[in-house]
Amino acid sequence: MTSTRRSFLKIAASAGGGLVLGFNWFEPAAADVLPAGRTIPALVNSSSGSTAVASVEFNSFLSIAPDGLVTILSPNPEIGQGIKTAFPIVVAEELDVDWNRVNVVQSALDNKKFERQLTGGSGAIKHSWTRLRKAGATARQLLMQAAAQRWNVPASELTTDKGVVFHKASNRKLPYGELVADAAKLPVPTDVPLKDPKNFKLIGGTIKNVDNKNILTGKPLFGIDFYREGMLTGMIQRPAFGYKLKSVDAKAAKAMPGIVDVVTFKNNVAVVGKSTWQVKKAREALKIEWEKDGTLESNTDHDRLFTDMLNSEKATVRRKDGDVEAAFKSAAKVVKAEYQCPFLPHSPMEPMNFFAHVKFGPNGPESCELVGPTQTPDAARNETAKLLNIPVDKITVDLTRMGGGFGRRLKADYVVEAAELSSLVKAPVKLIWTREDDMTGGSYRPAVRYRFEAALDAQGNMIGYKLRGASINAGNATREDNFPSGAVPNLLIDSADHKSPITTGAWRAPITNFLAFAEQSFLDEVATAAGKDPVQFRLDLLEKAKTSPTGAIKYDIDRMKAVIRLAAEKSNWGKKKGADGKPVAQGFSVYFSHNSYVAQVGEVVMQKGKPVLQKIYAAADCGIIINQSGARQQVTGGVVDGIGHAMYGNMTFKDGVPQQTNFNDYRLIRMNEVPDVEVHFVDNGIEPTGLGEPALPPTGAAVSNAYFKATGQRLRNQPFINQEGFKGVS
Amino acid sequence: MALYKLQINGKTVQTEADPDTPLLWVLRDNLGLVGTKYGCGIAMCGACTVHVNGEATRSCVLPVSSVTSAKITTIEGLSKNGDHPVQQAWDEVDVPQCGYCQAGQIMTAAALLKRTPKPTTEEIDATMSGNICRCGTYHRIREAVKIASAKTK
Repeated sequence: MTSTRRSFLKIAASAGGGLVLGFNWFEPAAADVLPAGRTIPALVNSSSGSTAVASVEFNSFLSIAPDGLVTILSPNPEIGQGIKTAFPIVVAEELDVDWNRVNVVQSALDNKKFERQLTGGSGAIKHSWTRLRKAGATARQLLMQAAAQRWNVPASELTTDKGVVFHKASNRKLPYGELVADAAKLPVPTDVPLKDPKNFKLIGGTIKNVDNKNILTGKPLFGIDFYREGMLTGMIQRPAFGYKLKSVDAKAAKAMPGIVDVVTFKNNVAVVGKSTWQVKKAREALKIEWEKDGTLESNTDHDRLFTDMLNSEKATVRRKDGDVEAAFKSAAKVVKAEYQCPFLPHSPMEPMNFFAHVKFGPNGPESCELVGPTQTPDAARNETAKLLNIPVDKITVDLTRMGGGFGRRLKADYVVEAAELSSLVKAPVKLIWTREDDMTGGSYRPAVRYRFEAALDAQGNMIGYKLRGASINAGNATREDNFPSGAVPNLLIDSADHKSPITTGAWRAPITNFLAFAEQSFLDEVATAAGKDPVQFRLDLLEKAKTSPTGAIKYDIDRMKAVIRLAAEKSNWGKKKGADGKPVAQGFSVYFSHNSYVAQVGEVVMQKGKPVLQKIYAAADCGIIINQSGARQQVTGGVVDGIGHAMYGNMTFKDGVPQQTNFNDYRLIRMNEVPDVEVHFVDNGIEPTGLGEPALPPTGAAVSNAYFKATGQRLRNQPFINQEGFKGVS
Repeated sequence: MALYKLQINGKTVQTEADPDTPLLWVLRDNLGLVGTKYGCGIAMCGACTVHVNGEATRSCVLPVSSVTSAKITTIEGLSKNGDHPVQQAWDEVDVPQCGYCQAGQIMTAAALLKRTPKPTTEEIDATMSGNICRCGTYHRIREAVKIASAKTK
């Protein structure tokens, strides 16, 4: 073990004071105390709400108080992916403490302390796994060294468990809390041993969401719950796509009770006032004229554009292997199909909102305080700095728990809007988007149509494969190096994109959320045409990729095979019979995304002549499971999300105007519509990867392929509910 | 603006609001009871569910002027120590992902169990289908309602 001379331990304690971590953690007001008027508490940032006593800060992630209470900072934005629980588990594991003595606190944006404070790409666990382990292990080493000095024994004779250091030979023990002051004076080791995974006590167990108590009792946790004395509420009326602001008559709105101001900026009209309802009503009283400022697109335009792009000579080649034209000329059989998916809003249950307080000096804006739900606090700060023309270190960003995001909060547009509004009205403002704003405000999942073609030889081998992705604002709608690339000797993948005024953005498992459905449904068509079992067909392709690969292969063949086999085994693939003794219609799908592998089997049964989706089996490989409870729910939730949006999700446009505005005309899946979901994990001990997204992409095809098996009809367009024959599926 | 006297969580509180203000915004903006959530504003998602005289009610479309003589319970007042059987079951099953819809889910479930202490799966589905969970925690919600039902006895 090597050491640096410089200790980075900080004794953050003062005589009677608490640990200062750069944010507030007031106790929320008790539920039964309800005096008239405002008593709105600040946000709860801590899992336990405990008051910090004098603590020693060991590193960016953790501090320990003399009473043994461990405080672990969770740097990443919590969106429902469970990161606020998973990260601290990893730190606590290596620190070797009692989980019941851990208090988890959400960190503000601090990229001096933390390298990656981002919720996106299912990348947090993969990025931070070793860093988190080292943070815990380093502190544990220091505590053991402090004990070794006190007892005058070698540190190698010491063991730890649940926050206590033991010297078994002399039957002595000391809790961590009694060692923190000494440990703080020691040089910090740079190279510490990490636990053998087989000795993990917390990792792989079942641990509950650290915020359960606060969530289940309605404590203020979310951005929309934030309150600051004197703040105003703001709402913005934005133009439809392809329009700009012509004029506004705000006279009536300004005269309404509680309204402080109406301001315009960048084609937006904003109302600020004292309460949400007053502001909402005043916004409805605005008389706004919009004018055309670009193309006004409708779904009929997009359908025509898709056809044009698919037939165009112009497309960007993404991957080309072998001689595709020759392969198709020599083919015994050619399979061809098109698949289409609509735009989708993200629809997180908590609509966009943010608190901003721009403070002014003599020469304009000087600093800004931001509080709210964002998946990308760093981008939010940078964009706000640019807007206000102030340095980034003059901006603070406090992270709240997020009521979902699904990629929507990777864009900081609403944060910048809040800052601009605060700057214009020179007051602290909480900007709120209504559900209608959220649904019609853009940044949708792009709409795409794919054309697939496969060439089969006389033995049913896939000797040629073509894919063109035609998209609206998706850039490259293909993932050219994903399976089956590498397994087909002659292959051409290209893409064409239309730039539209309708804004798009990352939507949970970007691109693959619909590419996987299309590709895995098409492969089922190809297997059927080749007269092969869909599971064996995929395994044969993977075997070919292994024994005679074509071009680069950027997925792990054995890991993909393993999830395929696990899903087939657990679902009793091809052999399962229903209560009536007849074979159950099963559909297979497998996808690799965000470094994890998930295979799924869907089951459709006919009930009273109608197809009903009754079950999805999911087999996932994300390496080591950190928390069984969180991981299982990520997969289950991803499957439910995948079913719901494939089945019902549909955002349409007429002349640039979104045609669905709220949950009355935009359908989200509900409890009576979910099938049974059975989740299995591959246990391979590989370093963990993410689970926030990978379970969603394969789901659509598990459903569509099972539906085909049950009915003989292919589902090639989403939403399925609009397809003839699918209306009976509940 | 008018002055309203409301019975919330066993206390009488006074607040000023426009008569058409939905109870949701009075709770959130005037009284600091932010556990009740805004999700859609049109009674389609259930995030704003509270109990009005014991019935699960969507507070986002309920004018404050219509509830002056009603007994209102919000998530903050469902139990004194956060230990209502439904809250306990929700923790036991570890239901929440993002957690935003869960107060509404819990209030809907608690009202269901009060009316029907031993609901069938179909009854649970029928009632709970009024509440959207965008994370997809429906299986756990269903399980938690059953556990809470067993606890209620």
